[in-house]
Amino acid sequence: MQPRTQLAKIWDTHVVADLGDNAYLLHVDRHLLHDLGGSRGLLDLKQRGLAVHSPQLTFATPDHAISSAPGRIGTSAVGIDLLRALREETRAVGIRLFDIDEPGQGIVHVMGPELGLSLPGCLIVCGDSHTCTHGGLGALAFGVGSSELAHVLATQTIVQRRPQAMRVSFEGTMPVGVTAKDLILRLIGEIGAAGGTGYAVEYAGSAVRALDVEGRLTICNLSIELGAKMGFVAPDDTTFNYLAGRPFAPKAAIWEQAVADWRTLPSDPDARFDRELTIDVASIAPQVTWGTSPEHVMAVDQSIPDPTTIADPSRRGGIEAALDYMGLQPNQPIIGTKVDWVFIGSCTNSRLSDLRAAAAVARGRKVAEGVRAWVVPGSEQVKRDAVAEGLDRIFLAAGFEWREPGCSMCLAANGETVPRGQRSISTSNRNFVGRQGPGARTHLASPAMAAAAAIAGAITDVRRMENA
Amino acid sequence: MMEKLTALTSVAAPLLRANIDTDIVIPISRMVGNSTRGSLGQWCFSPLRYQPDGSENPEFILNRAPYRSAQILITGVNFGCGSSREAAVWALKEMGVRCLIGSSFGDIFFNNCFQNGVLPVVLDRATVESLAREVEASQGAGRISVDLNELTVTAPSGTRHRFAVEPKRRQALLEGLDEIAVTLQRAAEITAFQTEDRRRRPWVYSR
Repeated sequence: MQPRTQLAKIWDTHVVADLGDNAYLLHVDRHLLHDLGGSRGLLDLKQRGLAVHSPQLTFATPDHAISSAPGRIGTSAVGIDLLRALREETRAVGIRLFDIDEPGQGIVHVMGPELGLSLPGCLIVCGDSHTCTHGGLGALAFGVGSSELAHVLATQTIVQRRPQAMRVSFEGTMPVGVTAKDLILRLIGEIGAAGGTGYAVEYAGSAVRALDVEGRLTICNLSIELGAKMGFVAPDDTTFNYLAGRPFAPKAAIWEQAVADWRTLPSDPDARFDRELTIDVASIAPQVTWGTSPEHVMAVDQSIPDPTTIADPSRRGGIEAALDYMGLQPNQPIIGTKVDWVFIGSCTNSRLSDLRAAAAVARGRKVAEGVRAWVVPGSEQVKRDAVAEGLDRIFLAAGFEWREPGCSMCLAANGETVPRGQRSISTSNRNFVGRQGPGARTHLASPAMAAAAAIAGAITDVRRMENA
Repeated sequence: MMEKLTALTSVAAPLLRANIDTDIVIPISRMVGNSTRGSLGQWCFSPLRYQPDGSENPEFILNRAPYRSAQILITGVNFGCGSSREAAVWALKEMGVRCLIGSSFGDIFFNNCFQNGVLPVVLDRATVESLAREVEASQGAGRISVDLNELTVTAPSGTRHRFAVEPKRRQALLEGLDEIAVTLQRAAEITAFQTEDRRRRPWVYSR
């Protein structure tokens, strides 16, 4: 038998029908719904007189449009309406909803892995581009639009074109102060925001093997910022140890059967990839973005790029526009750039390990005068776990705001915005124009870097902080 | 039911900035809610189209005649990257855009276009840039024609460029096919798959 990639193995397992021309009808094992698009999909189906095909494989939680303020105070009228509709429509068709204040509620890409809903080898979709996150467990997971979402609800399948296979090997030992977020940002900087378009990316190498599951989820989360709709990691004992005992993970004999199957998922040693690259992680410094695309990224100790050195006019124009929007000057150090807002949260970096890393920097220090710093845990469970180990008290004592779980200021769908012209350092995934609010300026970085900026009041190199 | 598309001749607006993401195409604040569809066109590209005070940005190409009536956009690399929001395509369509010509597109956006009767045409970057130059040289007067039957883009100069579209997608656009209805014809196959799969991978179904 031909050696196969993990992509091929998972893909082939899900083929309901080969539609020709590289298109396939694939079975969907898990469909996650959220408040922004979930009720609309269910209402679309109802309007067309169609039934939900497999409600038992569909799970819902509110995350995008709800306020992250204590008591969810300030949820907009639209947000309240979306929440009500999600409750009503999921109840009507028997879809399990993890509601506010209930363990299981959270950002879909945090709660899925945490509950053991997301499993290796599963095909997972959600109406959200960061669904690639679940690849951290060895799943094939990707975001879909509203039409595809309705198709999945009605048929439990999706029509997809098979992507090409790319393997990125992160080799070596991560230097102190460097995190999973820095690895993936560095990759995006190297091959660009369209470098992964048309590919499913497998992240491999000794640095990925050494990462815990939460770090792997962070890496896979940014696959879409590389242009790759899906990215994943081979499941291993780290994965199985993470999943064992989770509420929706298989139990007893079925668990044993599942693990035996999951051990066959990794790419065969001689499997062929359409593109391969290797990144030496020892050379990576903490990363921070300077522009309006995740590819506009630099090592924190470097200088802001100079567009006049770029020959390609389209790229040069893009850099000029980005610097103008960001209010930055070429050739200046990025360290020392004053920040107004700090956002620690999002499906990229809101898990317990992220909050621990930020708290380690914040402990015993104070948020700089004039800076507003938010910590928004990724899920109700993360919040409870963090409180149990006292992280909330560390943040509060340092002057951070400790908020309720959800997407919050990552995309400002709930109206929580960075004011126009103000500068934010954020642990999220997109520094797009207006992403955190009209005219808001966003710098992406790791949780430790964001916490360090909160303390310094400016972008700083976390490696230079004592006891960080 | 999807709106059909066969051929189109229109003013084309060059928008060659790289990495125009779907947050720019339609900002989140304009699309949140189950009843925003139908009011999205006026907010399409709003970060580029309007000034902070709400007035039109006269520099932005779609605020200028004749580009204001463009049904075709000539786009930069990686147009439509980022968020999966299908509202980006709805907003473009509400604004009157039915075709985009670019060298690469965000993958989810690309799929969403086909679901809504909007045709993303992929041509090599040099050709895309030459189309933009021709249009600009004519100050927008030169029309571009796109023909999905012939699979050609005709430049204002009359030069014809061939493009490829996956046959099934082409057929769906030409006929306005509904993908859900097509798949539901395979309901028995889906049931058979799940029955067999439940035996093969019980952990997917049990808990």
